[in-house]
Order: sequence, then C-alpha cells, then structure tokens
Amino acid sequence: MALSTKHLLGIKDLKTEDIQLILSTAGQFKEVLQRPVKKVPTLRDVTIVNLFYENSTRTRISFELAERRLSADVVNFTVSNSSAAKGETLLDTVNNILSMKVDMVVMRHSASGAPHYLAKHIDAAIINAGDGINEHPTQALLDAFSIQEKHGKLEGLKVAIIGDIMHSRVALSNIYLLKKMGAEVMVSGPPTLIPNYLQEAMDIRVEYNIDKALAWCDVANVLRIQLERQNQPLFSSLREYNLAYGITKNRLDKLDKQITIMHPGPINRGVELDSDVADSQQSIILDQVENGVAVRMACLYLLTGRSNPA
Amino acid sequence: MTLISEQQLPSIVKRLAHQILETYPGLNNAVIVGLQPRGVFLSDRIVAALLKELPAEQVVYGKLDITFYRDDIRRELHLATQTDLPFSIEGKTVILIDDVLFTGRTIRAALDALLSFGRPSKVSLCVLVDRKPSRELPIQPDFSGKEMDALTPLKVKVRWKENDGVDDVILLGE
Repeated sequence: MALSTKHLLGIKDLKTEDIQLILSTAGQFKEVLQRPVKKVPTLRDVTIVNLFYENSTRTRISFELAERRLSADVVNFTVSNSSAAKGETLLDTVNNILSMKVDMVVMRHSASGAPHYLAKHIDAAIINAGDGINEHPTQALLDAFSIQEKHGKLEGLKVAIIGDIMHSRVALSNIYLLKKMGAEVMVSGPPTLIPNYLQEAMDIRVEYNIDKALAWCDVANVLRIQLERQNQPLFSSLREYNLAYGITKNRLDKLDKQITIMHPGPINRGVELDSDVADSQQSIILDQVENGVAVRMACLYLLTGRSNPA
Repeated sequence: MTLISEQQLPSIVKRLAHQILETYPGLNNAVIVGLQPRGVFLSDRIVAALLKELPAEQVVYGKLDITFYRDDIRRELHLATQTDLPFSIEGKTVILIDDVLFTGRTIRAALDALLSFGRPSKVSLCVLVDRKPSRELPIQPDFSGKEMDALTPLKVKVRWKENDGVDDVILLGE
C-alpha cells in the first residue's frame, strides 16, 4: 500500500485511504520520537529543500526537525535573503535548486496554487506547507491526528472551526479532511469572515452565534485572526471581536461539557483565545505542535517511497 | 513442499526455548525482542514456552519494528507496525527473534534500530528457519530451528494458526 499521489498539495486531492495511511504512519513515528535516540536513518540519501516565501516559525521548524530526524539532508531557503528578492521567478529559483540534485521541495507561498503550478513543471515531489488562502495540508493532518489521539476517533465527532474562516488555509484543509473522515463540521465567526459559499457548496453548518457553536461541538478549533491578509476592516476592533467571538473561560464555563480546544498558532492572546483557556487542561495546543513533527515525518516518508518506484 | 510440518513445529519451538534457557539460565539480565511483523508469531510462542519454566517477572518481552531502518526505501515502501519496548535494554543481553533468516539485511536493520534504545551488552539471534546459502551480510543465528539450503528464488513461507490458519513452514515457487 502506498499514497495515491506523488505530491502533497492539498487534502482536497487525497483519498480517505491516503489520510488513514498518513495518520497511522504518524503514530509509528510518534513512538520513534519517544525513544532515547529520536533519529532514524530512513531518508539518509534524500535531499529536501525548504522553500519559504512567507514567514513561518512553527511550520518551518517542524518540517526541518522532521527532515533531520529522518536523516535527510536539508537546505533552507527564505525569500528575504535570496535571489527571489532580486526578481528571479519561482520556476527559475526551483529549477536552479533542483539542478543541484534535490529530491523533495517543501514550499510555503503567499500565492494560492503556487505549489500546484510547480508540480506541473518539475519532477521532484512537492509538499505544500501553506499556499495563500488555499490549503495547509500538514496542519489539517496534525489536527486530525491530535483529535484522534484525544477522542479515539474522527468519525461522528462534532468539530467547530471558529474565527477567520475567509483568510484561513487551515480552515479549508480541515474542512476537506474532516468531511472525508466522516466528522461533522461547523464554522463559526463574524459573517464578514465566513465566505457565503461554504454552506451551499461544501454542505457545512454555519453558526454566527459563538455560544451556540460551542454548545454544539466536541472540539473547537480556534483560528487566528489574520490581520495581515485583510485589506479592509472586517470587524470594528480586536476588543470587540474578543467580546463577541473570543473563546473565554466564561463562555466555556456555561457549557455542560468539557470541549477540546485547539489552535494552529500563533495565538493572538486575548483576541480569538483567552490565556486561561489556551493554557488550560482542555487545550491540546502543545500536543498539536508535538504531533506536527510525527505527522510531517509520515508525509515525508510516504512521499519518498512513492516518488521512487523500483 | 513442506519444510516443517504442523506436528514438528511445536517441538522445534520448545527446543528453541530450552536452548535459550540453557545459554541464559533464568534469563538473567536477558530480554526477548520479537521482530515485527512476522517474527512476533514465533516470539509469542517461545515466550509462552519460557513462561512454563520461569516466573512471569523474569520474562521481559518486547516487539521491535525495523521499517524505518531498512536500506531499501528507494526500491520499495514498507509500512511500519508497532514497536513496543517498554523497558531499558542498556547493558542487557537482547535475544532477537525472527521467523526466517534470509539475506541478513533485516537483522542488520534490527541491530541499528536496537541501538536507538540503548547499548545492549550482547545481542543474540534466534530464528525458526536459517537460509544460510542466501546470506548477503556476515550475520549468523545463535539458535535456529531448521537449516535450509534452498536457493534464493524459492520463497520460504512460515504460516501460523493465529494469522494463516495453519502451523507449518512451506516452500513456494518450485
């Protein structure tokens, strides 16, 4: 059994079996990461370039750790100190790097579809580490892994994705994944931050009342307000956002159950999520980060095997 | 062709368990590690036989998956199974158990994998079938159920009741 795809561009293109395979392989890598020696020689003749055209801390470190723990050779590229700043095109940059014999490209780009474009023009396997407002597949996979770890399953679980849905690639990847795995999905937040096609085109519940959304769900995945992607004001102030849509201890205390709180980071504390909730027992935010390395190891491992047929 | 019949298998397992006990009396400072996935069927049987001779606390038993240590990821993708070694192997004698010793590459990977858990004082190897002529690396078993001189194209298939419905070892591809 192997992945049905050569690249990991988005959850949209994955089959249910692919997702299951990645999640179960991630479980094996999580065990590897508990060992005294956390490094395995699996990818020792594989070279991977991390191409980050957009800022990232967590994802870049997580990918780099995953690559190094698999013994791959790693090359890092950030746009601020590269020739891209001098006007080189994306394809030229990548072709130049690939001519130095690189097997895999992990790319983050602010343009939606950038990795899909690359996949059409180059041979190396491509992993999308976030493209514009389209997808962030490894984040959705690590979210799913973390939910499964906490609740034992995805199927039938009620997951509310809360906040800035409009500008969030995390939201879109999560929606695709959760639906494929049989979970129920709801989005909640201010109407200005929820695209109006979601309900009809993707058959997703939309709930503008945050308290109702919290009362409905088993898991609340709270997203960051992406001020950098908003060209116009979509809500009046951060303080007002917190009052109307922020996840506060007060709101959670009103529920008759303990829901699981997730956040892909970085958190705007006191805006979409209050500190006493983010740091509480019901938050699995740091588990998400820990699981990210294992999930990315699984993706790298499975794609390497896939991209090199006998 | 049958290499080990259903009647022969239990006595071979019993003999292997006894040979292990003779070499490591009371399993003092020794631990048993079965190789996933198919070596575990044999190690389960051997451990069951050892438990008839020793109190349970003296039989320390774990399972090791070596998938991520293989040298052939570029040729073929293997899927990993669970590793379960809930004890330290530091300074211990590790008795590795697998069903068939063929090229020796699995054991090479297993030695590599073991070192991720600590530094054993000694590693010893127990297999059901030793395919000596097909070895590609300088690796030999310390305990073997049956030696077999079949040439490489032939496949040895060890079948277990709990997985394959029958207990025996057969030769395929003649």
